[in-house]
Amino acid sequence: MTETARLVPEPTRRRRSGRVSVERINLSHGSGGKAMRDLIDDVFVSAFGESLGALEDQACMPLAALSRHGDRLAFTTDSYVVDPLFFPGGDIGELAINGTINDLAMCGAQPLFLSCAVILEEGFPVSDLRRIAQSMQHAAQRAGVSVVTGDTKVVHRGAADKLFINTAGIGVVPLGVHIAAARAQPGDRILVNGFIGDHGVAILAARDDLELEVPIASDTQPLNGLVKALLAACPDVHCLRDATRGGIASVVNEIAEAAGVCIRLHEPSIPVREAVRGVSEILGLDPLYYANEGKLVAVLPSAHADAALAAMRAHPCGRDAALIGEVTAQPPGSVILQTSFGGERIVDMLVGEQLPRIC
Amino acid sequence: MKFVDEFRDPESARTLLRNIEALVAKIPVCRARPLQIMEVCGGHTHSIFKYGIEQMLPRELELVHGPGCPVCVLPMGRVDDCVALAEHPNVIFTTFGDAMRVPGSRKSLLQAKAEGADVRMVYSPLDALKLARAHPTREVVFFALGFETTMPSTALTVLRAEAEGLGNFSVFCNHITIIPTIKAILDSPELTLDGFLGPGHVSMVVGTEPYRFIARTYGKPLVISGFEPLDILQSTWMVLKQISEGRCEIENQYQRVVPRAGNDLALAAVQRVFELREFFEWRGLGSIDHSGIRLRASYTRFDAEKRFSVPNLKIADPKSCQCGEVLKGVIKPWQCKVFGTACTPEAPLGSLMVSSEGACAAVYQYGGATLDNLRRRAATPSRVRRA
Repeated sequence: MTETARLVPEPTRRRRSGRVSVERINLSHGSGGKAMRDLIDDVFVSAFGESLGALEDQACMPLAALSRHGDRLAFTTDSYVVDPLFFPGGDIGELAINGTINDLAMCGAQPLFLSCAVILEEGFPVSDLRRIAQSMQHAAQRAGVSVVTGDTKVVHRGAADKLFINTAGIGVVPLGVHIAAARAQPGDRILVNGFIGDHGVAILAARDDLELEVPIASDTQPLNGLVKALLAACPDVHCLRDATRGGIASVVNEIAEAAGVCIRLHEPSIPVREAVRGVSEILGLDPLYYANEGKLVAVLPSAHADAALAAMRAHPCGRDAALIGEVTAQPPGSVILQTSFGGERIVDMLVGEQLPRIC
Repeated sequence: MKFVDEFRDPESARTLLRNIEALVAKIPVCRARPLQIMEVCGGHTHSIFKYGIEQMLPRELELVHGPGCPVCVLPMGRVDDCVALAEHPNVIFTTFGDAMRVPGSRKSLLQAKAEGADVRMVYSPLDALKLARAHPTREVVFFALGFETTMPSTALTVLRAEAEGLGNFSVFCNHITIIPTIKAILDSPELTLDGFLGPGHVSMVVGTEPYRFIARTYGKPLVISGFEPLDILQSTWMVLKQISEGRCEIENQYQRVVPRAGNDLALAAVQRVFELREFFEWRGLGSIDHSGIRLRASYTRFDAEKRFSVPNLKIADPKSCQCGEVLKGVIKPWQCKVFGTACTPEAPLGSLMVSSEGACAAVYQYGGATLDNLRRRAATPSRVRRA
């Protein structure tokens, strides 16, 4: 049932033009027959257009073209189940593109190609699917990547919640770039590219059950451009992580553990919007654990910290970047927060969930 | 943030800390042993750890983290009753989020949910009422728990359900009252406490009068405290001031919220709907007379314990668990035999490890960033990793 495509569109290929005439997805749209072809044509080919190419069972990329970008392939996959599907600042489609691009960008790779697999619940509105596919295409275009292959499945009502998306991505790592959590060293500085917690709070507020009115939009954005600018200013970036589920707290814990170092964060320096703080105060949650969809934590040598910060602030995805802490040797594997109040405390990994199903 | 940052000002904190140090130096007993002040309320415990207050205080002063986390003191048998109710095929069981992970003898509500029970997290009892209206053919049960802080909202919800004639809404009542528990702690032969920080939000409802006996009969000072870090430092200073001057009174630091007489409307609703139980089982503390609350007979139709049959079994706390001694301030969380080994926030054995307001979970998660604490944590196996 896989429908895929060639990377390079063939001008002579006959463009099919099936249309979906019904308003809601039914089981025949996953049957492998004509209804499915019509859905793919109408929704996905019309959105992703030429990059989907010849709709073979796989996409093929010329190795020579790839190797011009660097010496290693980066490959990643992620699934997206966010509820609600549409929220202030974005939707599941944009998230599915940006999230996978960001996973690739965190090793310094230039993201190039993505796959897109959707699992649809019977009864899902076709118009919503169109909207989501369009939004995926806009996000891909913005980041300069192509969706080159995909898959569609339909399951019985109740067997999945509305729509799930999986995207996998391929990128190429430039020669000489080695970014890994284990490379954090005592003396390094910790940077973040802007306000934390926006996505988590936007999702929380978009859910009906809380009836919170918060002027916060998700921060979903592709970070590959920012990483490129950062690497230009500081080629020896030691670690990069995008702070999605589990937030900044989990990311710095992972780095501290992988590198066997202590990370000290300075609470007053961590950018948190007033509204995000407000929601946290009301609900008793901690912004350090909120999910982000366009925020990265960078660990780099202190000698380059000023240049790196300036480069981030000069990029549209890093205007509010800040220096939020430093790496020390002792005690290894721990994260310590110097609170705004003047005390110190441990910042641990999140146990269980702060919020249900956030991305 | 307005009306918040004012109460977290580091400069004012330094001034208060200097004043606290000066008082501690004047109190003779501090030279023989640490002075112990118990914060009764879990909200205070949370703030103390969140802002790292404990390490800012002089060594001669110890904060003992008391029994004021209603999730933590819920006995296992009651959690089993919750699970039994939730597993009833026609029931939608509604609960506050932090009660989901409390371990019962067989499972938690979270596990019951995974196994198919219809358990839903709500933020207010009114959310449960909304569900009852939306699902007229289902039975909606609200898991009511908490001290006097949450009691009025449960009472008002029951009154609303009555006014609307809702026939499919009921309450599994586990409300408890703080005063008999403070009394039980004061009657404990192991008691070493020198004073109390009184609960802020409970007092907003009950006022300051019910605490009088603590000063009069037991000769211990109590200061009702707010929840911001400066509130806690100032209240601590006020307790020390009383001790240093040989006074013993009930004082109110949280005057911006707590009126002397409490909240009449809230108290009236509570009076109308609830009555005291003869006794109620507390996890770690055992049975305490007149500490539990149930619905009055006239509201039986809203009482889940009457509408459904629940096992109502008494389940003993795990033998290795020393929650009771921690609750009474006899030992510190990390002095418990199973702290951080058999009992962690990922797999809590004792109730104090469950909620972030529980003393053990707070120490484990936020713990003072002291080397000792970090070493203890480093020795802990299997830290959770992100998927």
